[in-house]
Amino acid sequence: MASDGVNLSVRKGEIHCLLGENGAGKTTLMRILYGLYQPDEGEIVLNGNPVHISSPRAALSYHIGMVHQHFRLVPTLSVAENVVLGLDEGTGPFLNYRQTGKKISQIADKYGLVVDPQAKVWQLTVGQQQRVEILKALYREADILIMDEPTSVLTPQEVDQLFSTLRTLVDDGLTIIFITHKLDEVMEISDRVTILRKGKAIATVNTADTNKPQLAELMVGREVVFRLEKNEVNRGEGLLVVDDLHALNDRGLPALRGTSFDLHEGEILGVAGVSGNGQRELAEVLTGLRHASRGHVTLAGEDVTNRSAREIADASVAYVPMERKKMGTVPNMTIRENLILKSYRQRPFSHGMFLDNNAAGENARRAMSEYQIMAPSIDTAVKVLSGGNIQRVVLARELSGDPRLIIAAHPTYGLDVGATEQVRQILLAQRDRGAGVLLISEDLEEVMSMSDRIMVLFGGEVMGIVDAGGAKIEEIGLMMAGERKEGVESASAKVA
Amino acid sequence: MQAPKWLNIERRPIPSGRTIFTVSILAIVAALIVMAIFFAAYGVSPARAYGAILHGALGNWRGFSETLRRMIPLLLCGVGLTVAFRAQFWNIGADGQLLFGAMAATWVALFSGLQGPLVIPVMFLAGFVAGALWGLIPAVLKVKMGINDVITTLMMNYIAMYVALFLIHGPWKGPSVRGYPLTDIFPPAARIPTIGDTHVHWPTLVLGLVLAIVAYIMLNRTRSGFEIKVVGENPHAARFAGMSELKTVVIAMLISGGLAGLAGVGEVAGVQLRLLDPNQISMGYGYTAIIVAWLARKNPLGVIITAFFFGVLMAGGDVIKVNLGLPFQLINVFNGVIMFFLIGSEIFMRYRIALRRA
Repeated sequence: MASDGVNLSVRKGEIHCLLGENGAGKTTLMRILYGLYQPDEGEIVLNGNPVHISSPRAALSYHIGMVHQHFRLVPTLSVAENVVLGLDEGTGPFLNYRQTGKKISQIADKYGLVVDPQAKVWQLTVGQQQRVEILKALYREADILIMDEPTSVLTPQEVDQLFSTLRTLVDDGLTIIFITHKLDEVMEISDRVTILRKGKAIATVNTADTNKPQLAELMVGREVVFRLEKNEVNRGEGLLVVDDLHALNDRGLPALRGTSFDLHEGEILGVAGVSGNGQRELAEVLTGLRHASRGHVTLAGEDVTNRSAREIADASVAYVPMERKKMGTVPNMTIRENLILKSYRQRPFSHGMFLDNNAAGENARRAMSEYQIMAPSIDTAVKVLSGGNIQRVVLARELSGDPRLIIAAHPTYGLDVGATEQVRQILLAQRDRGAGVLLISEDLEEVMSMSDRIMVLFGGEVMGIVDAGGAKIEEIGLMMAGERKEGVESASAKVA
Repeated sequence: MQAPKWLNIERRPIPSGRTIFTVSILAIVAALIVMAIFFAAYGVSPARAYGAILHGALGNWRGFSETLRRMIPLLLCGVGLTVAFRAQFWNIGADGQLLFGAMAATWVALFSGLQGPLVIPVMFLAGFVAGALWGLIPAVLKVKMGINDVITTLMMNYIAMYVALFLIHGPWKGPSVRGYPLTDIFPPAARIPTIGDTHVHWPTLVLGLVLAIVAYIMLNRTRSGFEIKVVGENPHAARFAGMSELKTVVIAMLISGGLAGLAGVGEVAGVQLRLLDPNQISMGYGYTAIIVAWLARKNPLGVIITAFFFGVLMAGGDVIKVNLGLPFQLINVFNGVIMFFLIGSEIFMRYRIALRRA
């Protein structure tokens, strides 16, 4: 049951946050409001009248709009075409793009949603695409705007921009329901907040009367440790040496341009940077998923440059990829099967060419209790699990067999507070055990609190590496913006 | 999509086995109802037509043997297709792979000079290899160059067909057939034994049943089966897990093409006893097998049942042609209608649809 007797009341003209862990039922509740799901019981009252919302179209007729976490846009169409998609516009079968474009520009100017109506959606950044989604709702004259985790895909600057847009919208009389699991955002943007836990509404409070620890407690039902308890770093032998690494991105453009660093056993090296500065490519080259055009990767003294993914995994390298559903798991397959995705060739899971289902089941039961994976059974398909539980499946698989090197890309991305804390503790425990951890994250707070050293990537180059203890956030911010740390030379300059 | 107000459409998380079974049966029933309209349009009462099909295909030994004969190639092709479909490789080319198996068997029978008890095993081996290699080409084209598998496998059916036509009109035309586009009849050592005077070449049937079980075990209990499933479901995760997409798809297509090739061996060495016009050899088995595999929901053991079911339909098609004067092609119409309803029925597995009370 995803929503269980929830009461939610939202006032006109407010920003109302819906706060809850993954799987708390936030999205389900909003999908009911938007007409995607039908409630089994209960009613929806809008402006004093009970309404029946049978479909998104019905929702729109009540002036309810929704911006989904994963956008519903047609990449090959223009912004204007996406905005009017499905509407009866223009005369007869023809669309009047000039008129539409003008109307879009008007709305865009009014709320600071700058985007070219003629641009194709695939050419836009994620932040711009989100603006198109908001424009779509506003064009349909939405009074109530539901935003499902709108900041999860945005850079910090884009978040600021979004927030100022939302404030303008509210000043103009709109009502915004803002789904999130980030406490900072609740405190910053909302007027009131309703906390959901396990499909139930736990409380609704005025944001001004509450604080982060209180919200966190309401959300998870127990105290959450905010300051990470961390043991002293016990730096061991050199483990990974990356020297002058070059690689191309999917579009064939240089993504890594002379990246060099080293990583020791028993330490966490955090990789900070604005997304798209080579983090993904670095992780992929190190795990054998992308070809390095130049440079060397040395693991425990052995050159592993451009080895296959299988060889690198066999060399005791674990990878927690960013896209859990696309890369990390096979969503249509069961927990049991997903847990042996990498080790299915080894004992006890296979004997010769045959798989041992019992051994895989035994393994799954153990992993589910050890990593607290919440699921009806070991044969539940991964796709029905919440983000946190999917990540637990990935971690359980990757960390089995005590890997020497762990590459964790955005390991807490999109996770709720409880799961985030668990994932961080797991990674710290791995470091204390003596594993080297390369932690790639866009969550600066996470990088700062978890890492022993912090490396900043910009344009595929290392801007500098600092000790986390003495690191100042301003210094890291400057490096993220492309300012080289004193004494760090440009790799490309070295070549020239 | 906008649903009318009186309908309630909801997503189901994961369809249960019972749901899948019920929905499949309902799809067949719906297809039978639509076919009834066609029969009626020909002036034949649907009850009489279905009665004739059932009686003709199952009511006596003669008819039943025809059903089995039709079932054999459908079984072999269908089992092979479940393997390809699990890897989400859409092999529409079983017909061409079957023809290559038939041609290879013909070469062994007539032109290899091989004699004695080894001939038939060698024919099966050659047929498997020829079908597998014909299936290998689109597999490599898809993984290496991203070329659409549906189009390549489909077009390669026509190439196979014209290769066979070339052979029977040209170099392989039999000296003893007085100019007809046929090869000579196979020597006795190259004929697969049949049950009595029927066309049921039982060794091929047994081979098909055994391979259905082997394929089931392979898909569900072995490393290769696991790889095929992972590559089919999520190629990204497969790459990440260190599986080779090329190797896996190639294995799936070698099996799929090879099994279709075996079906071709059975047709020339068990039924026709010579290579002749490709349309007379395959009779669309490779296409019907797509429906057979789909109806079995990609389960090789299910194919045993669905291949039999379509065997009944094809044998029944002969009967309604002879007894009721209806065109045999009505069975092809029926295949199309079933496929239509099967694909249409998939939405009922993923969504729960109910009338809404006012």
